[in-house]
Amino acid sequence: MTRPSTRAKKEGLGKNLQTVIAIEELCWGDTGLLLSWPGQGLGNAAIDAVATEEQLERFGDKWAAMAITEPEAGSDTASITTTAELDGEEWVLNGEKIFVTAAERSEAVVVWATIDKEAGRGGIKSFVVEKGSPGFKLDHLEKKLGIRASDTGTFVLNNCRIPKDNILGSSEVKKSKTTAGFKGVMKTFDNTRPHVAAQGLGIARAALEFTKEKLEEVGAEFDYRKSPNNIKSREKDYYLMEANLEAARLLTWRAAWMADNGKRNSMEASMAKAKAGRAGTLLTQKCCDLLGPVGFSCRDLAEKWMRDAKIIDIFEGTGQIQHLIVARQFLGLSSKELK
Amino acid sequence: MIDFAMSKEQQMVRNEVAKLVKGVVVDTAHDMDEERHIPPAAIQKAWELGFSISMIPESYGGFGLKDSPVETALILEELACGDMAFALAVMLPSLFIHPIAEMGTEDQKEKYLPLYCGETYKPCTLAIQEPHVGSDPVDLETTAERQGKAYVLNGKKCFVPGAAKAGHMLVAAALDGENNLFIVSGDVPGMTVGAKEKNLGLYALDTFEVSFKDCAIPMENRLGGEDGCAYDQLIQKSRVAMAAIGTGVSRASLEFVKDYAKQRVQFGEPIVHRQSVAFMLAEMAYEVDAMRLMTWKAASRLEAGKDAARESYLAKLYTGEMAMKVTDYGVQVMGGHGYIRDYPVERYYRNGRGISILEGIATL
Repeated sequence: MTRPSTRAKKEGLGKNLQTVIAIEELCWGDTGLLLSWPGQGLGNAAIDAVATEEQLERFGDKWAAMAITEPEAGSDTASITTTAELDGEEWVLNGEKIFVTAAERSEAVVVWATIDKEAGRGGIKSFVVEKGSPGFKLDHLEKKLGIRASDTGTFVLNNCRIPKDNILGSSEVKKSKTTAGFKGVMKTFDNTRPHVAAQGLGIARAALEFTKEKLEEVGAEFDYRKSPNNIKSREKDYYLMEANLEAARLLTWRAAWMADNGKRNSMEASMAKAKAGRAGTLLTQKCCDLLGPVGFSCRDLAEKWMRDAKIIDIFEGTGQIQHLIVARQFLGLSSKELK
Repeated sequence: MIDFAMSKEQQMVRNEVAKLVKGVVVDTAHDMDEERHIPPAAIQKAWELGFSISMIPESYGGFGLKDSPVETALILEELACGDMAFALAVMLPSLFIHPIAEMGTEDQKEKYLPLYCGETYKPCTLAIQEPHVGSDPVDLETTAERQGKAYVLNGKKCFVPGAAKAGHMLVAAALDGENNLFIVSGDVPGMTVGAKEKNLGLYALDTFEVSFKDCAIPMENRLGGEDGCAYDQLIQKSRVAMAAIGTGVSRASLEFVKDYAKQRVQFGEPIVHRQSVAFMLAEMAYEVDAMRLMTWKAASRLEAGKDAARESYLAKLYTGEMAMKVTDYGVQVMGGHGYIRDYPVERYYRNGRGISILEGIATL
């Protein structure tokens, strides 16, 4: 998925654009499956982005999950309390990490911890913790609304000891509030938000295609010539969903295209995720509605797609956080001005 | 090839239109709306940029440039961001000129294009929509019947822009169940142009009801001759044009309230510091972008000579819905001030309602 195909090259598709197109296709079936695909995790994105040559050698081939969220630190990633202290040649980590995707299947976890609480964001660093490290325990796996094929778990770090060289990036604590280090890690998300949006496109398209097929079986007609103002409500609903999906797709492609062309895309990446997360959630709800009993029964997949779609508006930044990012950038407001 | 960037040439065209809008529309849009009138001098100024005739061969009076639906979409967004009524008035002759150039017979091109491709703006128009609930541009109630060497038109049209002063218009009518366009001269017996319509929006644009009663026109006035024309292609272009205009109106509302919300102070700070307001603006911002991308995608297919039935349909449907949402938010962000006609957002809201309803009043 990360190697450009000859055809894609010929069509001028960059790596990010190819990736979002591929993700939509993969998630047409099951986004839980994609999340369980070795090496597709956020941890690997972080390692790829900031690891040294030596670290790439050690961790490059390992499936790495990412552990940021804590019971008291969700969207507010700067308030994490997991600590890391240097003790001779080892870091000692203590804390609890929840909602870790691929917690069980992964071979290593990129853990966010603070080395200096006083320093705020400047003290937050990420560490590669390999499975089997002393004091590193997978506490339990969650039962979830959707994406059930993907394992989500909680880790407890109890005097967990890892080699000194497992820190990603510099161990220097920057005093300024908005440090390059923290920004660097957050930048990982600029690249991955369109990928998450693309997952939403795949789920929504699967639901939409299924719904269209079922509606046609009971006599619904779709004709792109006729005015949408005179058609049956279910047909209009379908067209509106198709248009929303297309709009979300174009916003996603644009964000990926910008990344491929070296343009700063932080706002556009959030626009894509905000739109795809919301559109996917509403659209899969509506599909169940139009399908009636078929949309509520587990015999078919519509109800599953509705459950799966909801995660797109939650993980890697909730829809509200995406709106906050878009609003701040679009309006030129600081995080102090727009909280 | 997927590309989201504008070419240098497209940027130049857009900048040129933006300059025109700044010069002759921004400060006068309010008065044009209040007075229900667009100064002919402003229209002439826009006409001189040549948007409607650039793709017409030089032999018929045009510039002989390549037809570019994408470029026209850019022009329409920019014009409509200034004022939707102005945009429609300026581009009015395209409604007649473009279908003739694209689908007319040699004789029809030779006879009609030079009349309207000169240095002076001369109104000519298109009549598609019909004044009844359920009006559908592909399911026409207006009929044409062949009688000897003539076609006889019967039916009623509405929202025909510029009809009172139009030298000619194209009239959409069903001939043996097939949709066709007929070239009708402004003074033909059997055609009646009603009084200027009063509508929810577009006060400054002159639109009319036009009725046909046993209105006989020469048989050579069927667009495309005996084979008829690719009517659906015109509908596709008209839909994308409306999508571009919808994007422009919505952007106008967004840009206005963006500045307003930064300056309006309540409870000791600008209202834009509140998430409830800021999130509305964020949503408006990405929806306007989405509207534009939907428009560009459909226009790109047309530019590549591909069928754009699906893309044009979805673009108009989406921009119609979102123009309502975005311009509604525009009024809401300003509260009571948004409701007062001293500010332009209520006009954007009224005009925005037209995007999903109106058909065939603009084309690419």
